[in-house]
Amino acid sequence: MAEAKAITQPPTGLQRASDSIFRGLCYSFAWLSVLVVIFIVLRIAFAAAPAVRQYGLGFLTTRTWDPNRDQFGILPEIWGTLYTSLLALAIGGAFGVAAAVFLSEGYLGGFVFSLLKVFHLEFHGLWGKLPERVEDILKNLIELLAAIPSVVYGLWGLWVVIPLIRPACNWLHLKMGWFAPFGTDLSGPGVLPAVLVLSIMILPTITAISRQALVSVPPKLRMAAYGLGATQWETILAVILPTAARGILGGILLAFGRALGETMALAMLVGNANLVSISLFSPANTLAALLANTFPEAHPKEIGVLMYAALVLLGITLVVNMVGAFILQRASAGAEGGK
Amino acid sequence: MATHDVTGGSLLTTLPGAPDLNPFAGVDFNDLEKSLRRPRTLANVLLSGLVTCMTLLALIPLFSVIWMLLWRGGRKLSLALFTQLPPAPLEQGGGFGNAILGTLIIVLLAALISVPLGILSALYMAQAPEESRLASVVRFSAKVLTGFPSILAGVFAYGAVVLAMGGYSAIAGAVAVSILMLPTIMLTAEDAIRMVPAKMKEAAVGMGATKTQTVLMVLLPTAFPGILTGIMLAVARAAGETAPLLFTALFSNYWPLSGNHLNLAQPTASLAVLIYNFSGMPFQNQVEMAWAAALVMVLMVLITNLIGQSFSRRQVQS
Repeated sequence: MAEAKAITQPPTGLQRASDSIFRGLCYSFAWLSVLVVIFIVLRIAFAAAPAVRQYGLGFLTTRTWDPNRDQFGILPEIWGTLYTSLLALAIGGAFGVAAAVFLSEGYLGGFVFSLLKVFHLEFHGLWGKLPERVEDILKNLIELLAAIPSVVYGLWGLWVVIPLIRPACNWLHLKMGWFAPFGTDLSGPGVLPAVLVLSIMILPTITAISRQALVSVPPKLRMAAYGLGATQWETILAVILPTAARGILGGILLAFGRALGETMALAMLVGNANLVSISLFSPANTLAALLANTFPEAHPKEIGVLMYAALVLLGITLVVNMVGAFILQRASAGAEGGK
Repeated sequence: MATHDVTGGSLLTTLPGAPDLNPFAGVDFNDLEKSLRRPRTLANVLLSGLVTCMTLLALIPLFSVIWMLLWRGGRKLSLALFTQLPPAPLEQGGGFGNAILGTLIIVLLAALISVPLGILSALYMAQAPEESRLASVVRFSAKVLTGFPSILAGVFAYGAVVLAMGGYSAIAGAVAVSILMLPTIMLTAEDAIRMVPAKMKEAAVGMGATKTQTVLMVLLPTAFPGILTGIMLAVARAAGETAPLLFTALFSNYWPLSGNHLNLAQPTASLAVLIYNFSGMPFQNQVEMAWAAALVMVLMVLITNLIGQSFSRRQVQS
């Protein structure tokens, strides 16, 4: 009798070979994705190197941009980037954290629940699920804000926000022109419309991360605060927010990184003026907008200089993002330890 | 107002010489009543009202954007938009068929670059031992790329592809966009692969499958819905990106053809750049076209997002 054919067999040579090839492939692609990042940074750094040598650190502190005289400085752009991002962060941060509290405290669900209670439907099989559903819809709506492309926000800002706020801004300038932030009138694109649109764009990031941080606060802390007689908002302000502070801070830093690098909405709304002004209504410029607007028609001499500007932007955003990611990592480790 | 003071009772305090045992002594019960006249309760109600108003305010822009897209973009929507070429200044009619095609080509090319790279590195990250240095370095670089400003991807592609090829092209645009797609694909794919129940993997290994067979026949098929979600989210983001295309794919008023063949090495139109170029033009027709293009683009992005999310529901949970 021939030996019964075994249902198992050791891998054939071909299978062994393909196994090691596939493993090698995974290994090398993993390396490749790291190399891509290194290559990107080096490519920009090398392209910027001649300009860095030629203009040195003075590039960061001078204000002229004149290709004809070979004079370049990006102080206005650095100022504009930080000014718009910080203002947007203040507005987007306040609204984003408020929305996160609203979501994590279940206000809407509670409201729908008490509405159902009036009709005695709160434990109904179908209607009883409504509060949860409505909360979900609200969460998705806020996330939808993040799905809209930035160029669409730019278009919206150009044709909706600017006409809307212009009369109010010019009235403020007329009545309170002595106050430096209202020092100029809004003739079209300017800092304020850019800041408003930018704050809307970073709001979903802040809300999503803050909500995550708020809901992962251990419930027993809340119960303890209630047990001591604290009201809901005393609990939120004195217990919940401080406990979630690290996560919220990490989210705000990541949003700051986004705001610094955001390009299209700013290129369309900020006005591209080489100005350092504290006025909210004056046009300004940012690093990303400078790249977007100048690069396509750049003089060959300008390319190197623009690469230098790109390197500065890369440096700023990398630092902000790394600090944000680091804080978030510590925050999530801390939340796990607290449970 | 009710007088609760009587509950303090006179029983305990009447005992002569006894220490004051009344636990309610010195408590003003009026003080404990919940009333809007008390600052603590009032502050509570006011703050609740404040966050409610702020959340509603934050949603106004969303509805405004959607309303404007439907109103100004929807009015203009017609079949001609999808088949014709962009109009010259002052010309009436026209469409953005070439921009839609260009966007699809660029996103497809970008996916061809980033999907294999993303999935294979994700496989490595998910399979590598916990203490693997390389895996954590890969993960770190993916996270660095997540916060990478989109315009810098364009700057990089300009330096690495446009200068090397000697001109603007769809390929350069795709390279720039693929850098932005990569982290989303890598991180979601890694999560999806990690979610595959360990017993499935162990069963495959127990049957004598090689690592490759385990990966190809068990891990990838099981994690497929999750991976697809990541790809769809990345594609949705890529379709809306403008900044990396501005000086890589540039723009073109013509179909991306030379002769009768698709030509990937010439400037290529895209919806995003079309919106940017047309939005500031002083011509009514162009501005309306920008709104219509924005509507089409947002619909494309949202539909891709929804498809992606529908896959994520089919993901096997461990």
